[in-house]
Amino acid sequence: MTSDISYKVIVGLEIHVQLCTQTKMFCGCALQFGAQPNSRVCPVCLGMPGVLPVMNKHAYEYSVLVGLALNCKVAGFTKWDRKSYYYPDLPKNYQISQYDLPLSENGFIEIPLESGETKRIRITRAHLEEDAGKNLHTAGNFSQVDLNRTGTPLLEIVTEPDMSSGAEVKALAVELQRMVRYLGVSEADMQKGHMRFEPNINLVITKGGKEHKTAIVEVKNLNSFRALERSVDYEVQRQLDEFIDSGKVMEMGNKSTRGWDDDKQMTVLQRVKEEAHDYRYFPDPDLLPVELDDAWLEQIKSQLCELPIKKQIRYVSEYKLSDYDAGVLTADRSTAEFFEEAVKAGGDPKRVCNLITQVGLKLANEAGCGIAELSLTAENMSELAKMIDDGQVSASAGNTILEQMTKTDKAAQVIAEELNLIQKSDAGELEGIVEKVLAENPKAVEDVKSGGKKSKKAQGFLLGQVIQKTKGQANPKVVSEILSKKLS
Amino acid sequence: MSEKIDQAQVKKVAMLSRLDLTDSEVAEFTTQLSAILEYVEKMNTLDTENVQPLAHCLPITNCFRDDVVKESLGTEKVLANAPQRDEEFFKVPKILDDNSGA
Amino acid sequence: MPNDLLNMDCKQLREQIAAGKVKSVEATQAVFKSIEKNDSKIGAYISTFKEQALAKAKEIDDKIAAGESVGFLAGVPVAVKDNMCTTFGATTCASKILENFHAPYNATVVEKLLAADAVIIGKTNMDEFAMGSSTENSGLKKTVNPWDASRVPGGSSGGSTAAVAGRLCFAALGSDTGGSIRQPASFCGVVGLKPTYGRVSRYGLVAFGSSLDQIGPVTHTVTDAALMMNVIAGHDVADSTSVDEQNAPVCDYLENIDKPIEKLKIAVVPEFNAGADEPVQKALSDAIEVYKKLGAEIVEVHMPHWDYAIAAYYMIATAEASSNLARYDGVHYGHRTDNPGDYVEVYTKSRAEGFGKEVKRRIMLGTYALSSGYYDAYYLKSLKVRNLIRGDFTSAFEKCDCVITPVAPTTAFKAGEKTDDPLKMYLSDIYTISANLAGIPGISVPCGFDENNLPIGLQILAPAFAEDKLLRIARMFEKQTDWHTNRATID
Ligand SMILES: [Zn+2]
Repeated sequence: MTSDISYKVIVGLEIHVQLCTQTKMFCGCALQFGAQPNSRVCPVCLGMPGVLPVMNKHAYEYSVLVGLALNCKVAGFTKWDRKSYYYPDLPKNYQISQYDLPLSENGFIEIPLESGETKRIRITRAHLEEDAGKNLHTAGNFSQVDLNRTGTPLLEIVTEPDMSSGAEVKALAVELQRMVRYLGVSEADMQKGHMRFEPNINLVITKGGKEHKTAIVEVKNLNSFRALERSVDYEVQRQLDEFIDSGKVMEMGNKSTRGWDDDKQMTVLQRVKEEAHDYRYFPDPDLLPVELDDAWLEQIKSQLCELPIKKQIRYVSEYKLSDYDAGVLTADRSTAEFFEEAVKAGGDPKRVCNLITQVGLKLANEAGCGIAELSLTAENMSELAKMIDDGQVSASAGNTILEQMTKTDKAAQVIAEELNLIQKSDAGELEGIVEKVLAENPKAVEDVKSGGKKSKKAQGFLLGQVIQKTKGQANPKVVSEILSKKLS
Repeated sequence: MSEKIDQAQVKKVAMLSRLDLTDSEVAEFTTQLSAILEYVEKMNTLDTENVQPLAHCLPITNCFRDDVVKESLGTEKVLANAPQRDEEFFKVPKILDDNSGA
Repeated sequence: MPNDLLNMDCKQLREQIAAGKVKSVEATQAVFKSIEKNDSKIGAYISTFKEQALAKAKEIDDKIAAGESVGFLAGVPVAVKDNMCTTFGATTCASKILENFHAPYNATVVEKLLAADAVIIGKTNMDEFAMGSSTENSGLKKTVNPWDASRVPGGSSGGSTAAVAGRLCFAALGSDTGGSIRQPASFCGVVGLKPTYGRVSRYGLVAFGSSLDQIGPVTHTVTDAALMMNVIAGHDVADSTSVDEQNAPVCDYLENIDKPIEKLKIAVVPEFNAGADEPVQKALSDAIEVYKKLGAEIVEVHMPHWDYAIAAYYMIATAEASSNLARYDGVHYGHRTDNPGDYVEVYTKSRAEGFGKEVKRRIMLGTYALSSGYYDAYYLKSLKVRNLIRGDFTSAFEKCDCVITPVAPTTAFKAGEKTDDPLKMYLSDIYTISANLAGIPGISVPCGFDENNLPIGLQILAPAFAEDKLLRIARMFEKQTDWHTNRATID
């Protein structure tokens, strides 16, 4: 039935990112998640008669910073527009947003693919707007309105329809999360609704040599990576099935809006009033336009940092780390910076990486903080890495030492000595023990000398015996060398 | 002479404006708005091809405030003028559609 | 004695109070006596605060008795238009939709009045949401012209001008979006100043047309207007559109108020003045003669785009208003309809019940002008015309210090005369509207009376932020004439 059908998935994404300013976009109310309802509200964000908005400088600068990180053309002149619609969570019944002169346009973002390669997704625009409050739907015949969130600065980022799977859409979302966290402009905490997604999905289906486009579906208000990925995948299948069943294709403007039902794991058609789309944008007369001169732009630019995807690629090429390890280290900026500092202090990249990824992150996780917030210095970390590499301590002892380091803020060397974890590397002392072991194990000595299959195993056995005799303190590298010499 | 705006348009604009107009108001506004729009048409005799729109007369740009927290009103004052409240919330009849614009 | 007291202007009263010759309590009591006697006829006030005002007056008197320094308006009873937010009383905008609204904050101008030790005695009637030219659009009460109770006081600040003219306060604040201070000042025979857009903070002024609205004083004299400006002008961090000191420093408007402008060059616009009623034209040419005698040079300028001002204005003002008034929805404050069927009816019915006809009409007009498919033809076109009108002023002010015109084509008209024809009412704003579109200051000063003993106003327009010059030019005229000393007789 479907054998002559092939299709291409086309997805564009709209992302709302909540900026982590101290205060709202146009008033001094604190941004505080989980505060008592309607307690972070003032006349301005309540839209009282006579109030006027005054723009938060940080919100604007943060937005420009993201625009730069997204390789956008940042506008030297931008303004604020009113977007009109009536909804109880929007007290003014218009939202202050940006319409025809967004603060940045025409950029791109590189996203990592599963293949290890990257893909460039074009960014249409990124603009700043204020968030609405929250309508809460009660069990009764009424709804409740909480305006604490009203006026929170939101960056709306719109991509071109350059993605072709749920996985790619998710990769972009994750990359963006990593990016805004690096830039320090958003906590991007999904649980707190700091990132919300609206993918636009349709298919180009080739059947019998003819191309058909399915109608675009916008899925509203997704706030987890999982829901984002699944809703896209679900839509792809649904649109394909619908096409096969009914042959339904795109007509003029038959874009529809659907919601994601997380319980049923499916998208559901939403009814939206037609007239709701006449937003009657016009320049907000209460706010002045913004002119960004070169000096200011440079000042904002100086707050840019190496972006996570670039770091990740560099870690692979420069430090010879695996893409996976590089991804773990660059997941957040403070871990990456801690890693780089430790490497700069002389630690071997691979060794430092292992210490961080195998122990450090677990400890940080247990402590409920980032690795840089544990009582660890990059210097101590690199010292520990060197001790392991020099054979002063074993790799497993290294893990123990690292754990102690986070608890005591003592240097690695001190802890190693206190815990008796320094390996014996004195060849003279170890030679005596080796000779004793050889004398006690003539069969194994025989096996080594005879070569062949058993030789390697026997040598390992002898090494183990020596280590055991020193209660684990013999440096295996030195012991191996002595063994090889004696048995050759 | 055809009217600049007809009753159907007036009704549509009334919905956009969230105004529940009576039939007689619709009729009255259709006539009056038509007359006003007819008058406004005179602007079309002006060539504004190369004229910039002037949204603002002010010679200034870039008005910002520092990102510093100021005290909010407090829930009681926020709700003091509310026509209806439910605990710490504003109360409205149940919202069944999703017409949020953000 | 109380009558003499009420005949004082602000400056005199302030000096008398500061010198301890008159008590603020006396002045305040005199004003309330006058209100109790006459406001049932005039209808200037929506609300008054007798107890609070007397307490404040007492406080000022005590301060003065104790030798403490006091503000520019120490002890002077003043009124504010009811579209400026106050934490005391309601702030209604003369609308049913806000009839019981109590603001949790004071407008910046109210704070400034209080800081200047003024005694705020009440809030004045107006056209609902300042939309109108006669105060007949008030949703709450009727105000008449103190010169002739069968006539309108003008609008939309008709309550403020009637209160000053009727000696129900010593000065008042009004707001002017298209002439709403100057036109009623002219109709009531008082001085009314619309400052430059951005000169006085709009924070706390309930918005009508945000790019046009400006608060200004209504007083008996030009000197008092200067005094009031000293109190209310200046940058406000809460209003992005208030101009900062660096771009346009505020000066002491009283300092040089009596110093004439030398080599004064006054422009007139002949084709426009011709459109005014005969008595208005006559008063204008008499006024020009006064200036000529003072040595002023009179030049003619042309304002080729003025004829389009009303069209552009009514598109821009209503577009902004349609958005500004969207917030009155019965959800968070203000009137809510009883038993709405669903949440959408909270909007549609509350607004239908709460707004008067003119407000609805303008919301409709503005919504239409901004709606999809009409934006370019109406709103955008108007912004371009606005630029042309500003250009007319820019070229005019290259040739002169100020432009003189009538304030309105007529004197105060009869109540009900224009209420059935909104366009006819709009057209009477012809002389005042351009100043709002161009953002420049304008003043109305009394310059004569018509055959019915109704006052006529002279409008003087000056370049942006030239209030100092504007007030001095107006003062030159006032010194030579005694029109401003005439008082309405209410009885
Ligand atoms: Zn606030």
